[in-house]
Amino acid sequence: MDDAGTVIAFWVLSAATISSAAATAAVRNLIHAVVLLVVSFMGVAGLYITLSADFVAVTQILIYAGAISVLMVFAIVLTPRGERGNAEGFLRLPALLLAGLVAVTLIFVAVDTEWVISDRPGFQETASVIGEALLDRYVLPFEIASVLLLVAMLGAIVLVRPDSAMEDE
Amino acid sequence: MTEWYDFRDIGNAVGALLDQIRDWGAPDWVPYVAATLIGIVGILLWAVLSVLAFIWIERRVVGLMQNRIGPNRVGPQGLLQPVADAIKLLLKEAITTTNADRYMFWLGPILVFIPTIVVFAPIPFGEEMVLADLNVGVLFLIAIASINTLAVFIAGWSSNNKYALLGAMRTIAMLISYEIIQVLALLGVVLFVGSMRLGDIIGWQLDHDVWLIVLQPVAVLCYIIAGAVEMNRSPMDIAEAESEIVAGYHTEYGGIKFGFFYQAEYLAGFAITAVVVTLYLGGYTLFGLEQWVPGWLIFLGKLYGFFFTYIWFRGTLPRLRIDQLMAFAWKFLLPISILNVLLVGSEVLLWKEAGLESQLAIPLFAVINGAFAVAVVVGWATALGHSAPRHTAHRAILTQEVGAIFYGEAAPRP
Repeated sequence: MDDAGTVIAFWVLSAATISSAAATAAVRNLIHAVVLLVVSFMGVAGLYITLSADFVAVTQILIYAGAISVLMVFAIVLTPRGERGNAEGFLRLPALLLAGLVAVTLIFVAVDTEWVISDRPGFQETASVIGEALLDRYVLPFEIASVLLLVAMLGAIVLVRPDSAMEDE
Repeated sequence: MTEWYDFRDIGNAVGALLDQIRDWGAPDWVPYVAATLIGIVGILLWAVLSVLAFIWIERRVVGLMQNRIGPNRVGPQGLLQPVADAIKLLLKEAITTTNADRYMFWLGPILVFIPTIVVFAPIPFGEEMVLADLNVGVLFLIAIASINTLAVFIAGWSSNNKYALLGAMRTIAMLISYEIIQVLALLGVVLFVGSMRLGDIIGWQLDHDVWLIVLQPVAVLCYIIAGAVEMNRSPMDIAEAESEIVAGYHTEYGGIKFGFFYQAEYLAGFAITAVVVTLYLGGYTLFGLEQWVPGWLIFLGKLYGFFFTYIWFRGTLPRLRIDQLMAFAWKFLLPISILNVLLVGSEVLLWKEAGLESQLAIPLFAVINGAFAVAVVVGWATALGHSAPRHTAHRAILTQEVGAIFYGEAAPRP
């Protein structure tokens, strides 16, 4: 956060991220909302780049912009009888209230905390460091996460199997 | 320090220019921006010219392979055909259909086109000819390619046409399935080299005097096939199967908007071949020849040569059905690429832990992996019941039964 380029990039990316996130909630068309959400994801990836977290940034693009967005598209398109529009829900006001409270809390924490800046220089290459940390110190959460994903996948397969396939066995 | 006129690496000339700009006392960001602009303009120019050239080459070559002539009317030997096509596409009206989603319809071609250009950023055309020398280069390639999926959906969905939507869904299903195989194929290389920077991967191949294609035959096979899917070419072009869903997700696009899709398909092809050349075929190096011949010429030679293989595929192989294509990804390529990663992982572990000499290790692993490639491909195909073709027809079966091909009237049944 010292040179002008990083500062400009930070503000531009933040503005793009927040405005597209707001637009995601505001637009009526759900597919438009997904596209705007992807813009928001890309903005976050850009913010990671300004922090020199290149591995996290690229992973953000790969997972969120590439995979999660397609998952949402499939969810929207393949839901039978689902409205393609962003319907007026009765939870509108409570949701707004809750989001506002979360925002206030986050801003309060961000302003109130005394952030400590470490003396340690940044990593030259983050990928190998993250890899070693994941498979060494944090191997248990890492494995639990992968088992969780596997269970979710198996569950999805069981849910979408036609009933006749079950009876055949 | 090399001189600026050392044309073996155009990076030298650009570097000298940037030094000159610094000497003039420009602020720090000027050379940075200038280098980026030069890189972008250079890549764009190269890409557009190569696409124009290859439109002609491909049409002529496929014509030869299919025993016809191909375009030969515009200019000598039809050389100006791509130029005429480009002018035609530029001058045509870019129609937006009434029920299309206007903004998304406009966004589709652009979103499809941009990633195919951005992919070239981390690829080293020469030792210093890299636009962005990322240390997560390999992952970057996959990440940028994955954006394509959503772009294709936007294009297909916004057209408001059932063929376009079906084509888009097919393409998405195809891209998602083959993306996994692509990642697993590249993982083998990253495991061997221990770095995701493309320059390091080329350097590793140079240091060990070996191309990774020797150590990674299964991965190369998987990547080439997955690449053909990604660039949406025959035999994997089910996304625009004319007999089934018209032109797939770009059915409703015309004029320059269609031009973007066309260009993007070619550029994706160049990107895939560039990745294969960089990762598996030694990039801009050729066993010492790069000392004498410009590295970028070697790189481009390999790239065009390998792209020719894809043209060859297109001229030779018939299109797969969608269920065949998906089954091929999930039942055949995925298991063998996972086995490949397992094998490579244990080899690297053996190499590092047992402290093998690389003189010994590389030939040993090359032999093991070659044998593994043959065994796993043949073995898995046999296990799936594809051991031998069911029919060995010397003549077309119908002709054999009837005795001749009949035109016009109903053929007499034997």
